[in-house]
Amino acid sequence: MEPLNALVSVSNFMLIPALAYGSQLALGALGITLIYSILRFAHFAHGDTMALGTAAVIGGTLFLQARGIGIDPLPTALLAVPFGILIMSAYLLAADRLVYRYYRKVKAKPMIFVMASLGVMFITNGITRLFMGVGETRFEDGARFLFTVREFREWSGLAEGMALRSSQALTIVTALIVMVALFWFLNRTRAGKSMRAYSDNEDLALLSGINPERVVMITWVITAILLVLAGTLYGLDKGFRPFNYFQLLLPMFAAAILGGLGSPLGAIVGAYVVAFAEMGITYAWRRVFTYLMPEGLEPTSMMQLLPVDYKFAVTFAILVIVLLFRPTGIFKGKVL
Amino acid sequence: MSLTARDLGLFAIMFAVLAMVAMFQSPQLAVTILNMSLISAIMALGVNMQWGYAGLFNVGVMGFTAVGGLAVVVIAQPPVPEAWAAGGLGILLGLMLGVATILAAVVVYKRMTPGKTRGLAIFAVLVVGYLVTGYVFGPAKQAVQAVNPASEGYLGGAGLPVILAWPVGAVFAAGVAWVVGKVSLGLRSDYLAIATLGISEIVIAVLKHERWLARGVNNVTGIERPVARPIELQPLPWIQSLAETLGWSVSQTASVVSGLGYAGLFTLVLALLIWLAERALNSPWGRMMRAIRDNEISARAMGKDVTRRHLMIFVLGSAVCGLAGAMMVSMDGQLTPGSYEPLRFTFLIWVMVIVGGSGNNWGAVLGAFVIWFLWVQVEPAGRWFMDVVTSGMADGSALRQHLLDSAAYMRLLTMGVALLLMLRFAPRGLIPER
Repeated sequence: MEPLNALVSVSNFMLIPALAYGSQLALGALGITLIYSILRFAHFAHGDTMALGTAAVIGGTLFLQARGIGIDPLPTALLAVPFGILIMSAYLLAADRLVYRYYRKVKAKPMIFVMASLGVMFITNGITRLFMGVGETRFEDGARFLFTVREFREWSGLAEGMALRSSQALTIVTALIVMVALFWFLNRTRAGKSMRAYSDNEDLALLSGINPERVVMITWVITAILLVLAGTLYGLDKGFRPFNYFQLLLPMFAAAILGGLGSPLGAIVGAYVVAFAEMGITYAWRRVFTYLMPEGLEPTSMMQLLPVDYKFAVTFAILVIVLLFRPTGIFKGKVL
Repeated sequence: MSLTARDLGLFAIMFAVLAMVAMFQSPQLAVTILNMSLISAIMALGVNMQWGYAGLFNVGVMGFTAVGGLAVVVIAQPPVPEAWAAGGLGILLGLMLGVATILAAVVVYKRMTPGKTRGLAIFAVLVVGYLVTGYVFGPAKQAVQAVNPASEGYLGGAGLPVILAWPVGAVFAAGVAWVVGKVSLGLRSDYLAIATLGISEIVIAVLKHERWLARGVNNVTGIERPVARPIELQPLPWIQSLAETLGWSVSQTASVVSGLGYAGLFTLVLALLIWLAERALNSPWGRMMRAIRDNEISARAMGKDVTRRHLMIFVLGSAVCGLAGAMMVSMDGQLTPGSYEPLRFTFLIWVMVIVGGSGNNWGAVLGAFVIWFLWVQVEPAGRWFMDVVTSGMADGSALRQHLLDSAAYMRLLTMGVALLLMLRFAPRGLIPER
C-alpha cells in the first residue's frame, strides 16, 4: 500500500487538470449567469464570443511576439489580454446596441432574445473562422512547467511523478483573483450593488433611480472580461480550436444551471462539480488502485467508468439528476 | 390549403431561381439543392411543430436526425453472421441489463419513501447494474469489433429494404425524444434547450464511439439506395436517348434522373407530412396546442394536461426530424457520424423556421428552400466577392490567399445576418402564421 504515490498519481492526472478546467468553466459560467440575471436570457453565443475573444488575444500575442516584447517566463498572451478585453467589450456592446436593445425596448419574450443570440452566434462564429480558420492554433510561450515530473520525483523520492504546467497554475491563480475581484465588485461598489438590485427586482431598481442601460453596459463589459480570460486560459491550456469553444457551451450551461441560474457563487461551485465529475468518471483509476490495494489484489481492468468520448454524457447526467431532485440548482437560482 | 397568392408567388420565385441554377450553373447542382432542400424542409416541419405549435425550444435536432440515420444502417445493411456469433447475444443481453438497471432504479425511486435509504438504494442498484452490465457487455463488444475490423467489425443490420428504414428512423427518434421529454418537460422552459443540446452531443458521441453499432468513425458506406444509382442508369437505352435529346452527356443525364427519383420520393413524403400537419393544426387538437402555447396558465385552467401535450408534440416533431435524417442517409448511401455538426444540423434548421415563419408549415418549407439555397450558393458568391475585393493586391499576397481561403465561412456570417434581419424586421417570417 502506497497511499502517497496514489495521491500524487491522482493529483497529476485528475485533480490538477480538473481544477484548471473547472476554473476555466467557472469564468465562462459566471458570464452566463450574469447575463441571465441582468438581461434575463440564455446567451447561446457565449462559446463563440469566447472563441472570438481568444482570437483577438492571439492576434495581439502574435503582434507582440513579432516585436520581441514578452514577459518571460509568463506567456505573452497575458500582455495581450487587455487588448482582447477592449475588442470584446466593443464587440458585445455593439451587439447589444444593434441587436438586443431593440428587444429590450419592446419587452420581447426571453425566447426571442435567445433566437437573437443564435444570430449573433452565427456571425461571431463566421468572423472567428474568417480570421483563424478551423484548425488548431497554439499560442503558448514562456516557461512550460512550474515543475516537471522528473524534478518532482527527485525532490520527493516517490516512484510516481507529478508535473504542474504553468498554464494550469496560471489558470487557477487568475480564476481565483478574478472571482474575488468580481465578488468585491458586486458586493462593495455602487455599480455592483445597482447590478444586484436590478437583477433582484427590475421595477424597484428603476424606481430608485438606477439607469438600466448603464447596468446592462456594465454587465456586458464584465462579461467581456470574463470571456476573454476564460477563453485565453482555456486556449493556453488546451490549444485554440473554434469548435471546442462552441462545445464548451454545454458544460458551461450545465455549471450555471447546476449552481442555480443567476447565482454567481452557484456558477463557480457548479463549474467545479462538472469539471471534477467529467474528469473523475472518465479517468482510468487503475494506477491509483494499484497503489491503494494490498498486494495481490491489484485491479486488472482499466477501472475507467466511461470512455473519455462520453464526457458530455457525464455533464448531462449530472444536469438531469439535479433537475430531477432540485430544479432550482444547488443555490436557489431564479425561477423564470 | 391556406396559401395566398403572395405565398404561391414566393414559392414560384424560389423555383424560378432553382431553374436558373439548372440553366446557368448545372442541372446536377440544381437537383442536389432541391433534394437537400426537401429534406431540410421536413426537418424544419418537425421543428416548426415543436416551436410553432407548442413553443418548445429544441436545440437537439442534430441528435434526432442522427438517430434516424442510424436506423438506415440497422435496417438496410446485411447482417454480419460472424459478428453475431462472436458477441451478438452478449451485446443484446448487455443492453437489456442496462435498461433493466435504469428501470430498477426508477422503480426504487417510485416505491421507496424519500430519504437517505432511498438514495443509497438507488446508488447501490446503479453500481451493481453497471458492474453486471459491463461484465456482460464489454467482452461481447470487443469480440464483435474484432471481427474483420477493416470492413466490418459491427453487427450489421437486418438486411431489409431501405425504404423501411424511414419510418423506423422516425420511431427511433421518437423513442429518444420520449426519454428526453419525460425528464425535462414540465420543468422550466430553458431546461429543455440545454437537455436537448446535451442529448444531441451524446447521440453523436455514441455513434462515433460504439463501433459494434455502426462502425463509429469508420463510417458505414455503400448502403443500399431506394433509387437506382447513376452508374446503373447509364447503360439503359432510354437514358442514352434522353441524353441525346437534351444534348447532355450520358453521365450527367443519369445523375439528374437519379436525383429526380429521390426528389419524387421526398416530395411524396413532404406532401403527406404537410397534409397531415395542416389537418392537425386546423383541428381541435391544433387549436388546443396553440392555446397552450399562447397562454399555458389559462390552458391549464381549462383542464388541459400541458406537460403531456408538450411531451406528445415533442415526440411527434422529433420523429419527423428522425424521418428526415433517415432519408438523408439513404440518399447519401453512407452514415458518417463525424459529419454531424450542430451549426449545420441544429441551428441552420432553426434559421429556416424563423426565416420561413414559425407556426406556419408552408413557411417552414419555404424557409428551408431559401436558406438551403443561400447556404450552398453563398460560398461561391463569397469567393467571387473576395476575389473582386482583393483583385488590387499582389498575386502571391498572403493576405489575399487567406481571405480567399476563408470565403467558405462567409456562409455562417450570412446566416447570422439573415436570421437577425428577419427577427428584427419581419419577426413573423416570410409566410406568417394565420
